Amino acid sequence: MIENTKIKVDKLNLYIGKQHILKDINIEIPENKLTVILGPSGCGKTTLLKCMNRLTDLYHDVKIDGSIIIDNEDILHTKTDVTEIRKKMGLLSQRPFPLPMNIYNNVAYGLKISGRRNKKALDARVENYLKQVNLWDEVHDRLREPASKLSIGQQQRLCLARGLAVDPEIILADEPTSALDPISSETIERKFEELKQQYTIVMVTHILRQARRIADYVVFMYMGEVIEQGPAKEFFENPKMDRTKAYLQGAFN
Amino acid sequence: MIKKIEEIFFRSLMLISNMLILFVLALILFSIFKKGLSALNWEMLTQRPHGGYYYGKEGGVLNAIVGSLYLSIGATFLATIIGVPVALFMNVYLVKQRKILNFIRFLLDLIWGVPSIVYGAFGFTLMVFLGIKTSLLAGIITVTLFILPIMIRACDEILKTSPLGLLEASLSLGSTKTETSFRVVLMQSFSGIVTAILLSFGRAIGDAASVLFTAGYTDSIPTSLNEPAATLPLSIFFQLSSPVPEVQNRAYASAVILIVIILIISLLSRALSKKYHKNRI
Repeated sequence: MIENTKIKVDKLNLYIGKQHILKDINIEIPENKLTVILGPSGCGKTTLLKCMNRLTDLYHDVKIDGSIIIDNEDILHTKTDVTEIRKKMGLLSQRPFPLPMNIYNNVAYGLKISGRRNKKALDARVENYLKQVNLWDEVHDRLREPASKLSIGQQQRLCLARGLAVDPEIILADEPTSALDPISSETIERKFEELKQQYTIVMVTHILRQARRIADYVVFMYMGEVIEQGPAKEFFENPKMDRTKAYLQGAFN
Repeated sequence: MIKKIEEIFFRSLMLISNMLILFVLALILFSIFKKGLSALNWEMLTQRPHGGYYYGKEGGVLNAIVGSLYLSIGATFLATIIGVPVALFMNVYLVKQRKILNFIRFLLDLIWGVPSIVYGAFGFTLMVFLGIKTSLLAGIITVTLFILPIMIRACDEILKTSPLGLLEASLSLGSTKTETSFRVVLMQSFSGIVTAILLSFGRAIGDAASVLFTAGYTDSIPTSLNEPAATLPLSIFFQLSSPVPEVQNRAYASAVILIVIILIISLLSRALSKKYHKNRI
């Protein structure tokens, strides 16, 4: 059914304290496609996403078992440094968190810490990635201003640019448009459509219409379980499970 | 109706408390300046105490001004290079270990409450153990220990408010926790950290008990770390204990000098951090 699996989640269980947050998750995420993890608030979508680049390491009292395999490597049990794993993935969170530095350095930060310091090469890359997210025209004359002066929509595009600048293979997006105005949201969505040619995109959303618009593949979660997964067309037109049908008809909203 | 009364009641309560605090502050400043300004002159700022200074003869408190600055700048510097990394460690590396974190915070709060005379006594024992005599160095070490918990907890309170999302964003870009600590988390909270350092500096320069046994007191200006050093709080104490009214007034003048030093350093560092802040955040 899936040609190339990029991420394979196998028998993943996650507990926070005594709470069982993710229950026996088995999913496959196709390469260079846009996969949407869909489900009502509090169903564990974000937690699942954060397992994928081990940000769950930062949470208190978390216990995880099972495996997440990316490029034949179980990232939960590997000896590879977690920093290397995270470099493969760009993260776009619900609300933009620009780094406390100027616009230029926000994009250059990831490059600089991985040792690329050639001024000309950096300039070119910063310009390139700002153009990719359609931000260059708006900021090219004020690259040295703090990033926090940008509007939220611009900040979110900047966050996308800085994520792309470190050459990830995967983009993890956690409701990336939920804090944005309609125009910025549309820019991000359209950008994702383009980016999925080169990147594997995993996007969490609770907005059904958004999932319908852009998903290639859908994972539907409810109460910490994966209820159904499959290609978007099939999922929306011919859902198999009763709970999926109910959700698609708006029963949970 | 009841809501309106409640609103008026609490608003006046807040107003009264504000007034009360400002009034007390104004009263302190007024009494110090009133007595101090008459005794304050150029000589006080530029000269060391001459013979008989404490009986009302000529001289100034330059020894204490310089000693206090050496001591508190030294101690604040040491406490900063130890305390800021500790606070960063707590908020970046230990962010997951909530129980350990709470325990550390509890301990720091406890030792924050230890009176400074106890630090003085502890510093003295330490000196005996290490074989250091009463000196600027011993004073700096003791005051560093004294302001360290204040520094760490004040920085910690600031860093605690740094959003987890920022930490996640920086880590996701492939930076290590150390890079994240110093380049992102610290920079995000920079102006707050400056305030924390100022708070510690204020405590360092204003404390008398911790330096009593450790830095000692002298009429000369220290030229090395091994010499004893005078401090303004002790200078105020000794002058105030004098029976001569003139000397007592000089104690108030010394207090004015102390307040003005704190004021200048506060304004200066705030201005610097603001300038820095504008270009970053």
